[in-house]
This record gives sequence, C-alpha cells and structure tokens, in this order.
Amino acid sequence: MGAQLRVYRQKIKTAQTTKKITRAMELIAASRIQKALQRVHASGPYSRAVTRAVSAVATYSNVDHILTTEPETSERAAVLVFCSDRGLAGAFNANVLRETEELASLLRSQGKEVVYYLVGRKSVGYFTFRKRAYEQSWVGGTDSPDPDTAAEIGRALVDRFVQPTSEGGVDEIHIVYNRFVSMLTQAPEVVRLLPLEVVEGVEEPGEKEILPLYEFEPEVDNVLDALLPVYIESRIFNAMLQSAASKQAATQKAMKSASDNADKLIRDYTRLANNARQAEITQQISEIVGGADALSSAK
Amino acid sequence: MADLSVSVVSAAREVWSGEARQLVARTTEGEIGILPGHEPLLGVLAAGEVRVTLADGSVVTANAEDGFLSVANDIVTVVARNAELAEA
Repeated sequence: MGAQLRVYRQKIKTAQTTKKITRAMELIAASRIQKALQRVHASGPYSRAVTRAVSAVATYSNVDHILTTEPETSERAAVLVFCSDRGLAGAFNANVLRETEELASLLRSQGKEVVYYLVGRKSVGYFTFRKRAYEQSWVGGTDSPDPDTAAEIGRALVDRFVQPTSEGGVDEIHIVYNRFVSMLTQAPEVVRLLPLEVVEGVEEPGEKEILPLYEFEPEVDNVLDALLPVYIESRIFNAMLQSAASKQAATQKAMKSASDNADKLIRDYTRLANNARQAEITQQISEIVGGADALSSAK
Repeated sequence: MADLSVSVVSAAREVWSGEARQLVARTTEGEIGILPGHEPLLGVLAAGEVRVTLADGSVVTANAEDGFLSVANDIVTVVARNAELAEA
C-alpha cells in the first residue's frame, strides 16, 4: 500500500473514532436535557410564589427595609457568575464570561468596585488563568444543582449585602447566567437581584377589587427579613437550574455539529483515499506496460 | 361562600394544590386558621403541620418548615423550602 493511501486511511479512522465519541456525548446530553428541564419546571411554582409575595410586599407596603431601599451611593457591586464545570458546550461559557466583562466595565465606569463570586469550574479557571481576584467560588455539581448550595450562596451574598459599605459590604448584587429559551437558543442574561428591581408577576387588581393591604405576622420587618433571603435563594437556584439545562442543550448542539463535521471529514478523506488508490493502480499499470515494452524492444 | 384555592409548594416542586374550606398553619406567632374571605396576610412559618380541610370534610396534612404563608383574594400559598405531605 502506498504511503499516501495509508495516511488517508489513518485519518479516516481517527475521524470515525472521534465521531463515535461526539455522537455518544450528543445522546447523553439529549437525555439529560429532559431531566434538567423537568427540574426547571418543577421549581417554577416555588419561585413564582416567592416572587409574587416579594413583589406584593414591595408594592403594597411602605416599609423601609435595607433589602428594598436603594442606597444613596453605591460603591461596591457583587457579580455572581454561573458557568459550567465542563466545557465542550460551544460558546456557553464564553457568552456568560463576555457578558460578565461587559457588566463589570459598565459598573466600573459608574465608579463602582466589582467583587466576583463564581459558580462552576470554568469560570474559576478563567479567573485564575488571568490571575484575577475573586471573592468566593462554588465548583462541582453544576449539572445537578442542589438547593443547599443555592442556600449557601444566597447566605454568603446576603451577609455581604447587609454589611456596611465601609467594612467591605456590597451595595448591589448582579447575577449573570444562561437562560434556557429553547433547545436551540440559550441567552446569556444579566439580572440585578438587589436592590430589588424587577417587580414581576403581580396581578393587576380588577376595577372593583381593592388593593390588598397586607397584614404581617409577626412584624413587617421580621417578614421581610425572612422573605428576602428566601427570594434571593430561589432566584439563585432558578439561575442554577436554567444554567444546567442550557449547558446540556449547548453541549448537544456542539456535539451534533462535531459529529456532522466528522462526517464531512470522513467523506472528504474517503474521496482523497480513492483518488490515491486509483493513482497507485494507474502507476502500477503504466510501469508494467512500460517494462513489457522495454523488454520486447530489447530483443 | 367561595372556597380557598390552596397550593403548597416546596423548593423542588409543587407538593399539593386544590380547593379547600379551611387551612390551619403554624406561624412563628402561633397557629392561625384561614377561612374564605380572610384579609391579605403574609406570615412567617414555624416548623410544623399545615392542615387543609377540603370541601368534603377530609383533611390533608403537610409538614412544612422554613417558609412563609401568603393569603390574598382567597388564594393561599404555603411556600416552604422543605415541605412534604404527611402520611395519613
């Protein structure tokens, strides 16, 4: 066998083996999306209920609470970044990190100091490689988010938030994560968690209804104290679940295109190999014919 | 009188939802009973039972902790990080 033909055959083999791996990863991701999506849907009622209650309190009561009032000057902002633990998901992590950089430069231009909190090994890798400081990180388990981890992150952020700014506390908390839009689209999203900004899910009262004036038990401050950490936690947990589902979808898409590319490579190399084989045969025939000619004319 | 529409949700999923005649829960201040037409309320739950009396008189019990209770327009939501139905 000619040297060139052997090289082509080797390349075809390589592409075939890679294709087997990417195909398997595609199928695994596809089966995990369903599970991740089910978790997103299952946690929906909780986060809706929490959001509704928070909006209701923030809208229908006139209380000054540290978590609802906008500080006069904002000096420091915390940014919580949701990446995945593993790569092989196309632009999944790059999108979130790019969005983070944009947010950070925006905050800096407003004269705020940025403090990072990271979730997922990929974001930690990004920061350590660039030798940049981050406050705290949580790695492992981004594929199946755990409510306890969300609670831990929530506690860390709320603790930092209630600290006075002069002692290193933060005045704002932002999160950056991939929202699951559909199987094909995952959009990186930036949300400001605190001070509360988005008041969503409050049903407009009908004409004849009166605005509900909430009674609080025990006291309005205690209720807000208890409610807002729960709200933060549920938003964080929701972001983790969305991010996990998006990661699987992104992996599936990336692996699908990898398999398609492998197919194309195999086809191209097969054609080249056929060409090389044909050239070899042609050469052999002409050598035989030439040799026979030389022998017969030598007589 | 109209019934209460009750839902009990935990962090991971919706535990129970349906129509009910009465709901009794334990807040940090003590037990509270909710009947249709109750004023809007937001209370912090203490660990304990939530008893829901259905229209036919049967009772559904759930254990809930670490959460709160909200009542508005006869819609009652029990939101707890950990909640599950108690075995009857």
